[in-house]
Amino acid sequence: MTTAVAVTRPSSAAGAPALGRVALYGAAAGVLLLAGVSLFVGVADVSPARVLAGDPDAWNMLLLSRLPRTVSILLAGSAMAMCGLVMQMLVRNRFVEPSTIGTTESAGLGLLVVTILAPGMPLVVKMLVAAAFALVGTFVFVRILRSLPLRSVVLVPLVGLMLSGIIGAASTYLAYDADLLQTLSAWMTGDFSGVIAGRYELLWIVGVLTVAVYVVGNHFTVAGLGEEFTTNLGLDYRRTLAVGLVIVSLVTAVVVVVVGGLPFLGLVVPNLVSLLMGDHLRRSLPWVAVLGSGFVLTCDLVGRVVRFPYEIPIGVVVGVVGAALFLFLLLRKPARVG
Amino acid sequence: MIEVTAARKEYGTLRVVDDVDLRLPIGGVTSIIGPNGAGKSTLVSLISRLTLLDAGTITVHGLDVSRAPSRELARRLSVLRQENHLTARLSVRDLVAFGRYPHSAGRLTVEDERHIAEALAYLDLTELGDRFLDELSGGQRQRAFVAMVLCQDTDYVLLDEPLNNLDLSHAVDMMRLLRRAADELGKAVVLVIHDINFASAYSDHIVAMKNGRVVLQGTPEEVIAPEPLRRVFDLDVQVHELDGRRIAVYYD
Repeated sequence: MTTAVAVTRPSSAAGAPALGRVALYGAAAGVLLLAGVSLFVGVADVSPARVLAGDPDAWNMLLLSRLPRTVSILLAGSAMAMCGLVMQMLVRNRFVEPSTIGTTESAGLGLLVVTILAPGMPLVVKMLVAAAFALVGTFVFVRILRSLPLRSVVLVPLVGLMLSGIIGAASTYLAYDADLLQTLSAWMTGDFSGVIAGRYELLWIVGVLTVAVYVVGNHFTVAGLGEEFTTNLGLDYRRTLAVGLVIVSLVTAVVVVVVGGLPFLGLVVPNLVSLLMGDHLRRSLPWVAVLGSGFVLTCDLVGRVVRFPYEIPIGVVVGVVGAALFLFLLLRKPARVG
Repeated sequence: MIEVTAARKEYGTLRVVDDVDLRLPIGGVTSIIGPNGAGKSTLVSLISRLTLLDAGTITVHGLDVSRAPSRELARRLSVLRQENHLTARLSVRDLVAFGRYPHSAGRLTVEDERHIAEALAYLDLTELGDRFLDELSGGQRQRAFVAMVLCQDTDYVLLDEPLNNLDLSHAVDMMRLLRRAADELGKAVVLVIHDINFASAYSDHIVAMKNGRVVLQGTPEEVIAPEPLRRVFDLDVQVHELDGRRIAVYYD
């Protein structure tokens, strides 16, 4: 009888989701197409024709540089957009994301500290130190929020920006002291041009974490209803919060270590998706992931093409495009800032 | 049966709930009345484990709310607080479906879908199912929240000031609905309410609180009378019988 049960779902819920799924597959196909284009954009001559002809130089370039770059864009883009959404649910504020609450800055500080104290450490260790710092920074943010007497919609992102500022200032001082200012600035500005085979594989971790968030997505949606709703529904609020913060910190740290900061991504993409289809994570998260990677991919292509053969770091492009998009979102729905 | 034994909650030196003993049998509508600061909302929070007890015990069907697994409690008791500000943008149907969370953890079965459809129909929300909550009026949104706790299908439904922000006709609709939920679905509805005439007209049982204590309780006939009401509110109240209902008049 179980098979019969599975197919007799109420007809009312059948029509719209099917259409939504088609649209989602369409968007995903579009992003993959763009990824295909991205493989063949660059200074070195890697054309589809040369690849198909079996040219060893073209194949080398493709496997060592182009493919790792495109894959890491897809992984980092979807994961950072997902992090923004999870943070927004956990903090219950639409205007937060890892780069505005201290997570990204903390990861940067961690990376700086480990570089000064133990420069010879392997990348994995550096990433773990960055993740630990990111976790502490994020917990400090949530801790401050908990003790705020009045928690207004505007105050929450302000507190985050101030905390980011303080952590950033500490990093700048340390970097200045150790003569690493330029290095720090290069780290914090996202850039995929340094991504080659052997230097990006850590990003597969964030791919796994994105899938994990999708699997337990309902927990985060419930947490987004608030502590009392969550308790009423029999879910452990504090544990959900802790798991979410750990995931966000880990993802942010990996992305900072491998490619650097990608600002605004976690604000723009989830807010856009929320406007279109709400915040039921099981439904919206695939969209957030697809549009997040599509957004970063587009920005990366723009950065590579606009001053060809030179490159503009993607952090700059994402910042400019993201800020403009976010301004548009703000002006669009002024009454719904909550 | 909900059994509250010597329940206490303190904020600093203030005892908001002061050694309260109370039994709430299953079924019927129970109203908790009393002046501001009497501890009504805190008592509801304690019973529903949203706030932790400082002393005493509270059991729901024998389950100690401080110790029992939260999910098991969520299948017996649901609670709706008065402030329900959501950041997550959800459709009415999504919200109501989350009422099934304690039963199926988000993987909805056919049984769950039936409960969701029934809860939507019960609150006359079927047409609005696909609308987002932030597109609804205050009264509609309040109905959606009540639909969610009904969908949770618990023996006890606790509501903290469900009439807050509702105009007169929506308030009457809400009280009728809660009465029906108690009569037709056999639920025990416990609500905190300020309007004593609503309490009088729709309750089986009234609990009056003052300064963190239960000062008296009984049927509307016993509680809605000049002498008891003076004890609770320090106010001279006349009580008239109109069409078989006891109506308090407290205007000069």
